[in-house]
Amino acid sequence: MDLYQEIILEHSKRPLHAGLREPFNTQVHHVNPTCGDEVTLRVQLSGEGPSAVVADVSYDATGCSISTAATSVLADEVIGHSVKEALTSFAAMRKMLTSKGADPGDEDEIGDGVAFAGVSKYPARVKCALLGWMAFTDALTQAGVDICTTSASASASSASDNIMKVNAITSNTMEDS
Amino acid sequence: MSDVAVGAAFTTAESTAIRGDFAILSRTVRGGKPLVYLDSGATSQKPWQMLDAERAFYEQHNAAVHRGAHQLAEEATDAYEGARETVARFIGAQVQEVVFTKNATEALNLVAYSFSNAAAAGAMDGVDPALAARFSLGVGDEIVITEMEHHSNLVPWQELARRTGATLRWIGVTDDGRLNLNDLDTVITDRTKVVAFTHVSNVLGTINPVAAIVDRARAVGALTVLDACQSVPHRAVDVVDLGVDFVAFSGHKMFGPLGIGVLWGRYDLLAAMPPFLTGGSMIEVVRMEATTYADPPQRFEAGVPMAAQAVGLAAACDYLTALGMARVSAHEHVLTEALLAGLAQRPWVRVIGPVDGKDRSGVVAFVVDGIHPHDVGQILDDAGVAVRVGHHCAWPLHRRMNVTATTRASFAAYNTLAEVDALLTALDRVPVVFGTVV
Repeated sequence: MDLYQEIILEHSKRPLHAGLREPFNTQVHHVNPTCGDEVTLRVQLSGEGPSAVVADVSYDATGCSISTAATSVLADEVIGHSVKEALTSFAAMRKMLTSKGADPGDEDEIGDGVAFAGVSKYPARVKCALLGWMAFTDALTQAGVDICTTSASASASSASDNIMKVNAITSNTMEDS
Repeated sequence: MSDVAVGAAFTTAESTAIRGDFAILSRTVRGGKPLVYLDSGATSQKPWQMLDAERAFYEQHNAAVHRGAHQLAEEATDAYEGARETVARFIGAQVQEVVFTKNATEALNLVAYSFSNAAAAGAMDGVDPALAARFSLGVGDEIVITEMEHHSNLVPWQELARRTGATLRWIGVTDDGRLNLNDLDTVITDRTKVVAFTHVSNVLGTINPVAAIVDRARAVGALTVLDACQSVPHRAVDVVDLGVDFVAFSGHKMFGPLGIGVLWGRYDLLAAMPPFLTGGSMIEVVRMEATTYADPPQRFEAGVPMAAQAVGLAAACDYLTALGMARVSAHEHVLTEALLAGLAQRPWVRVIGPVDGKDRSGVVAFVVDGIHPHDVGQILDDAGVAVRVGHHCAWPLHRRMNVTATTRASFAAYNTLAEVDALLTALDRVPVVFGTVV
C-alpha cells in the first residue's frame, strides 16, 4: 500500500507548526462532515497585495493521519513564502490530489507534499488531504487576498476555477449523511 | 436446513450455500483480495432471488401501477399489492397498514410532517377530535427522542419542533452504551406528544427495551415511532407485539433494492393523518377548488409507485423467511460474540457500546488507541475488509461517547467466522503500520 509514506506518518506523529499562535489576521474553522474532523487555522500576513508574505500559519486540528500530515506540510511549505507562491503550491497540490494517480507531483512546488501522491488513488481520502488547504485558502480570502487575481502563473486554469473544483471534491462526502 | 435447530447458527454448508446466492461476495478487491463485506449496516448485498424478481417484473409485467385497465397494468398492480401483502406478513402487520416510501428517512419524515400538517386549516376535518388531538403539537408540547438516534430519526424531529414551537427532549445514553432508563419518567411526561426511538442502535448495536419505553409513552398518551432499520433485517420483528404506533425501515439493508422503504402505522392513526406528499395516486376526488384523499396506504403513496422495488423487497422478505429469522439472528449473534471476544484480547482497541453480547445486535463500533478511524478503515480496506468509518450519521451519539468517529463492522446472514478472523488479522496490522506498538 503506497498511501502511508514514511513522510506522512512522520508528519502525522509530529505535526510541524501546530498550535494556535498570536498574532494573526484571520482565523477559520473547517469541518469534514463525513467524519467530524475539524481544523481551526490562523493566518498572519505581512505586507499587502500579491507580494504579501505568509508570516505564520498556526492551527489546532483533530483528524486522521492524512489530514494531520497534510496540514503540517502545508504550514511548512507556505510559512515565509509569498501568498502567490503559497497559492501556486495549493494549485499544484490540488492538481496532484485530483489526478487519480496520474500526477506524481512536483517537489519544487509542494515539497513533502509529493508524499501525498498516493492519496489521489483513494477518492474518499482526497478531502482529508485538502481539509487544511481549504481552511488556509479561506483564511487568505478573509484576510482580503483576492484568490482569483493572485492566481499562480504556473496554473493553467484560473484559481477561482480551482476553488470551485476543490469545493466539489471536499463536499463529496462518502456515505454519511 | 430443516434438520437443524430453529435457533442455531448456520452450518458451514449452509453458509456456503447462502454466500453462493450473493454474486458480489465472490469478487475480489484491492489487487485480488477476497472481499470481506462487513458493512451491511450501511447497506446489504443482494441475493439473485431478489435481483431475478425485479428483473422478471420489468421483463414480463412492467406497467404503471394503479393506472389503466390493460393486462400489464393489472399484472403490475397485482405484483405491487402482492408485494405489500408479503411485507405485511413479514412484520406481522395488516396489509392496509403498510406504506411504501422512498426509504426509511422518508417514512420518518412522513410521520413527523403529519404533526405540523395537521395544524393546517381543515386538515383534520372529519377526524374524531380525541384522535386529532394526538397530532396537535405546539408551544408547551414535547417531542422525545434519544441521544443514540441516527440523524434520520433526529433531524426530522428537531425540524418538527422548530416548525411547531414544541420542545425537543431526549433520553440520554450511559457510558456503556445503553439508554438511561432512569430518565424515562422525567423526560417522558404529560407534555410529551410523541416518542421516537431506535430499536437497535446503528453504532452501538444496543437493542433497546421497546416495551419499557412504550409503557411509559402510553401512560402519558404519547404516540411512539420506532426506527427499525437495524432490527428488521436481523431478527424477527412483529409490529403488533412491539406495541408501538409507527415503525420505519428500509429495504436496502435487508437484501432488498435501493429506493424503497416502509412505514407501518396503526390503521386508525394512518386514517386520521393528513397526506405528506400530494399528487397522483393519493386522491379520491379532485376538483379545481379542492381535493379529497384516498384511504391509507394509497393516501401516502403519491405518484407512480416503485413497483419493481416493492417486488424485489417482497423477494428479499421471502429469502429471509426461508433462512428463518431466528437462525439469522442466532448466526449473527455468534459472529458478534466472536468479534467482541477478539477485540477484548486487543487492549489497544476500545469497543464503543455494550462489550458483551447481551441485548446486542451485530453492529460493532470501536476505536484504536491513537489512530484515526479513517486510517484504521484504510488498512482494513487494503486487506479487502470493507467496514464503515466516520460518525455513521449519529454525530451527537459520538459526541456523547467522547469520540470523533469510530470504525464499525456490521454483520448480515451471509457473514462467517472466517470473516471475523480476517477482520481481526487485518486489524493487527494497524498498530504496526502506524508504529503505535512498542
